[in-house]
Amino acid sequence: MHEYSLVQSLVARVEAEAAARGATAVHRVVVSVGELAGVDPELFQTAYDTFRAGTVCEGAAMELRRVAARWSCPGCGRDIPRGEALACAGCGVPARLAPGGDAMTLETLELEVP
Amino acid sequence: MCTTCGCGDTSLVPVEVHERILAGNDRVAAHNRAHFAGAGVLAVNLMGSPGAGKTALLEATARATAGRWRLGAVSGDLATDNDARRLEAAGIPSRAITTGQGCHLDAELVHNALHAVPWRQADVFFIENVGNLVCPAIYDLGQAANVVALSVTEGEDKPLKYPVMFKAADLVVLTKCDLVPHLEVSLDALAANLARVMPRPEVIRVSARTGEGIPAWVAWLEARRASLPRLAGAAPGHGHAHDHEHPHEHRHAHEHRHADGTVHAHPHGHAHAHGHAHAPGAEEEHGHGGADHAHGAAADHEHRH
Repeated sequence: MHEYSLVQSLVARVEAEAAARGATAVHRVVVSVGELAGVDPELFQTAYDTFRAGTVCEGAAMELRRVAARWSCPGCGRDIPRGEALACAGCGVPARLAPGGDAMTLETLELEVP
Repeated sequence: MCTTCGCGDTSLVPVEVHERILAGNDRVAAHNRAHFAGAGVLAVNLMGSPGAGKTALLEATARATAGRWRLGAVSGDLATDNDARRLEAAGIPSRAITTGQGCHLDAELVHNALHAVPWRQADVFFIENVGNLVCPAIYDLGQAANVVALSVTEGEDKPLKYPVMFKAADLVVLTKCDLVPHLEVSLDALAANLARVMPRPEVIRVSARTGEGIPAWVAWLEARRASLPRLAGAAPGHGHAHDHEHPHEHRHAHEHRHADGTVHAHPHGHAHAHGHAHAPGAEEEHGHGGADHAHGAAADHEHRH
């Protein structure tokens, strides 16, 4: 259930941003979650909706963008199909994961500023 | 204020953040990593299921390196300090980290525990994570390497079920291999599955009970130790590959002389900064290696400049 501790980190970060900009409310939070970020998106959403009550995020719906894990060969650029070994059969080099596929990122906020 | 007419209404402002949600943990991990690197300690984050044989692997490691290496450990569990006691009995100075309901260690927990264990004297320092194949993988602790202990009794398809954990691993230690004759497990199928989730699959087969494979595991650790910035810098006659690590050595030395290990915002880096002897191509390569698992030397230094 590390989703709850992740939501805590997220809310703390949003609070800091809102305070720094003198915001009176937060309207929207956009988060991207990579397929290999180690987070269950549904569980994360549930944790957020439970935890945001009483915080600056109370009125802020979270938009969760899923980023698929895409592996390709850093040499020839060939995409590695799902389920295959993570190496290029032609070039013999380890595959590389496209950015975002293993990350969990606070992308943007919508703040209400006086 | 409304910028259109100045009427006093509030306005909605979009703010671009683009920051990792675990950025706070990453900062503490970078701090831990600077400590380990500065003291020339190889820090290993040992993960795996409950009962995979993590503690037994460390006990076997202590037996195999007795009189040669000083070891140290912190050991995470939801409750009890049983593992830390076992490690102490095996001659490894250890400290338990009880996490309560926490399913993983984070950088802060490790940092706090370091105050209570003589990690600075260790040649190799193990962070035995909470038994769990899910959450520990996403928290950087400041380790130099991630090792996953996977026992042969867990089945060939564990890597496919927990790809995040195995993707994070620099090495998989396949434990309890003395049991293979009694099982129907296919080690070939297991290796093929690891290759589907690890771009650089590396596996060492061991049995803590019989000692099989333990020398290979110790040799792997030794190779990792040899590539630590400080040790690599101290070794004479090293070639081109190690040139890039000299600057790190200097920087860490400065930090510890000037800051007593607490402050990491030193500007000393510039005096030894990259570039004076490096081709741009080589510099790039170095950066990629560090960024790949987000815990290399390059990632470490990003936070400080």
